[in-house]
Amino acid sequence: MAYSLNVNGKNYSVDVDADTPLLWALRDVIGLTGTKFGCGVAQCGACTVHLDGQAVRSCVTTVESAGTAAIMTIEAVGSTQVGNRVQQAWLEQEVVQCGYCQSGQIMSATALLNENPSPSDDDIDAVMSGNICRCGTYPRIRAAIRQIAAGPGFHRRRLR
Amino acid sequence: MSAFARIGTASLSRRTFLISVVLAGGSLVIAPRLVGPAQAADATALTPFIRIPPAGKIELVIASVEMGQGVYMGLSTLLAEELEVRLNQIVAVAAPADPARYAHPMLGDQITGGSVTIRGFWEPMRQAGATARSMLIAAAADEWGVAPATCRAEAGEVIHTASGRRLAYGALVDKAATLPVPQGVALKPASEFQLIGKPARRIDTPAKVNGSAKFGLDARPAEAKFAAIAICPTFGGTLQSVDEAPALKVKGVRKVVRLSDAVAVVADHTGAARKGLAALDIAWNRGANGDLTIGELERSADAALDGTARVAFDQGDVDAAEARHPRGIEAIYRLPILPHTTMEPMNCTVHVRPDGCDVWVGTQVAGRARQAAADLTGLPVEKVVIHNQFLGGGFGRRLDHDVVIMAVRVAQQVDGPVQVVWSREEDVRHDSYRYLNRSRIDIRLGPDGMPVSWRHRVVGPAIMARFLPVLFKDGIDLDIVDAAESPYDVASKRVEFVRHEAPDGMLTGNWRGVGPTRNAPAVEGGIDEAAHLAGIDPVEYRRRLLGNNPRMKAVLDLAADHAGWGRDPGAERGRGVALLSAFGSFAAMVAQVHVRPDGTLKVERIVAAVDCGLVVNPDVLRQQVESGIVYGLSAALYGRLTIEQGAIVEGNFDDQPVLRMNECPLIDVHVMASAEAPGGIGELGTPGVAPALMNAIFAATGKRLRSLPLATTDLRGS
Ligand code: FES
Ligand code: FES
Repeated sequence: MAYSLNVNGKNYSVDVDADTPLLWALRDVIGLTGTKFGCGVAQCGACTVHLDGQAVRSCVTTVESAGTAAIMTIEAVGSTQVGNRVQQAWLEQEVVQCGYCQSGQIMSATALLNENPSPSDDDIDAVMSGNICRCGTYPRIRAAIRQIAAGPGFHRRRLR
Repeated sequence: MSAFARIGTASLSRRTFLISVVLAGGSLVIAPRLVGPAQAADATALTPFIRIPPAGKIELVIASVEMGQGVYMGLSTLLAEELEVRLNQIVAVAAPADPARYAHPMLGDQITGGSVTIRGFWEPMRQAGATARSMLIAAAADEWGVAPATCRAEAGEVIHTASGRRLAYGALVDKAATLPVPQGVALKPASEFQLIGKPARRIDTPAKVNGSAKFGLDARPAEAKFAAIAICPTFGGTLQSVDEAPALKVKGVRKVVRLSDAVAVVADHTGAARKGLAALDIAWNRGANGDLTIGELERSADAALDGTARVAFDQGDVDAAEARHPRGIEAIYRLPILPHTTMEPMNCTVHVRPDGCDVWVGTQVAGRARQAAADLTGLPVEKVVIHNQFLGGGFGRRLDHDVVIMAVRVAQQVDGPVQVVWSREEDVRHDSYRYLNRSRIDIRLGPDGMPVSWRHRVVGPAIMARFLPVLFKDGIDLDIVDAAESPYDVASKRVEFVRHEAPDGMLTGNWRGVGPTRNAPAVEGGIDEAAHLAGIDPVEYRRRLLGNNPRMKAVLDLAADHAGWGRDPGAERGRGVALLSAFGSFAAMVAQVHVRPDGTLKVERIVAAVDCGLVVNPDVLRQQVESGIVYGLSAALYGRLTIEQGAIVEGNFDDQPVLRMNECPLIDVHVMASAEAPGGIGELGTPGVAPALMNAIFAATGKRLRSLPLATTDLRGS
């Protein structure tokens, strides 16, 4: 049966099995390839998207369970204020190497900062340790998140 | 690779290069051309080449692939510096796969690897920029009827200083092409660099933070299908039988493809393909390796330590020195089988048609991939087009094109394009492995406790015999013994190589840091053991052995200084040092660990000091060293594959863990200012990590570890 997914503010109909991981519906059916496949078993975080603002691993989230939730992917996260700040901080800290994990890193970091605008190092560890980076960009990811947390005006405005 | 680099450096210094300039398709095309055996007919047959069009951005066509190492940025910077353009006036473009045209001058093939891209083009690229600039200035001066010396170039324009008249480069290409090509235009001295050595934003990154960068897995040719693949779990095994029905029942599944050694399920999307594959009950003929166990392979590698060796490096008289000096250390270091686990699992998209073949893949060997596709399909090689994509990590894995071969075989049975996707488990279980390594190190000390002889026997496969035969000489793999002789002044030194291959059918390949990563644990562990035996501080000991190696010594001092060497690291803590001279660069690393009485190990800090010669982009250098360190840490702590019943046991990040954010130590990278020729940076950070950690654990606990990974060693009660 066809499922209706709300992705980045648009509705898409996907005719796939109920247990199809959202990851493949996004990438292969809808054609939003920014969300990445890394492990398929919720180990690496490359596939992280937001479901009603919560970071989830789309490789283990079925299309059925996504239901009517608002799905946000890397392609649209820059249109949110926090997402945009995260992307900018990523560029300023030169976080990115091969880049493959970075969609997931940015989605996780954005969810973290939405939830907690000034995370401690332990908070950063708790959330970001779910995202693997084989290029070893962890120190810069931490620096970028710290930069945002310390950024001017950030604490005054909780977003979304 | 370091050995790559050695031949390369030699051939570059022996050869000179000319700058070719031609008008092609209305653009001025400039390319550095090595004057050597292979001479290209025109400048567009070389890469990198530079295309200055009448309007729009200057194109820099590069045959090397970008895989996170910043090669586009590096070469663009070298060009921009001398051509006098801004970085954003250059667009870097990937060259098509065509080794006949685009072979790397050092490697003789279209390969991105071995940290040689920048090193190969450091001078030629700048020379090309300077030559073009001088011709464009001459063209403008001619146009205005003034002397070239009264004009200058700036940001892509020629300016007549006195009158302020300006002409953009694009407007000058026709005239410039008619002028003689000056040879030997003077290059800027380092003191005048505006771009080289200055931090600058990488140009490939914006697309990688908004999801728009296209990796191999993001290729979406129209009407593409998606395939999940299961390859025979045993090396060299074959498909016995499979009932297709359960897969075909899955919604969206189109077809089951059987190959002699694999099964692929083709579907409308990867989710359906994976579900269909999981539904299959595949029977395999396990083949000759069907009963293989890791224990057997380990024992056979140990036995090879006493096998027939070839001498790869010989200096002084090791036998005589050993006879005179019985006191010393002898130790065996053991390294496991490693996967690469690039973040982007293996994948390749192929469209085979009667009249042609398109391949979308992120590869470090586009030319080989193209040839393989031609061979399999029987098409002429010109009919095969490789669409190279961003690589979601290389680390040596994408130097092999077994994946392309498999995907083409699948695609031959599919109408239309098909993207073949390896699951993480398939990716780990069918890698081009860093195979087992054994090193026996025998260091003898003189009466003063300093080494008088150094014997290092290396056991491992000869990857270069198949991968780059020019580096396989007299039965010796020049890469695998690279840096085995150590950077230390020891009167007598010998390196011996015993070739020991993996079982047939198991692909072994290059892994980040290549030969030096294999040798560093024994070299740096060995010298640490010698220092301990001599009762001399490990940094001081090394320092005394670097009298002839001032650059090495300087980075050692820099790292030791920043790491607070000599100061108390605190309870349960220890520091260890490791040096590396390879890839034309020098690195010193100090690791600090905390080992709790219950055996838990925490790597607290890694301080690295590097001298990579003149640095094109200091931040890219730091990034690469950090990256190499983290990659090395994952392997040192956890990296190990085991084999039971002929199949790799581990498959995903749960049973083959890698370093995560919460385990990542503080990493400080210090860069030595230098005006020497640039060295490699991509592999420099990896080799020293394991020995620095092992030495730090010894300092903290008194336990001398000689095998990896560290997580397999019980550190309790230490
Ligand atoms: S692909 Fe989903 S967590 Fe790795
Ligand atoms: S940037 Fe390459 S895996 Fe993270």
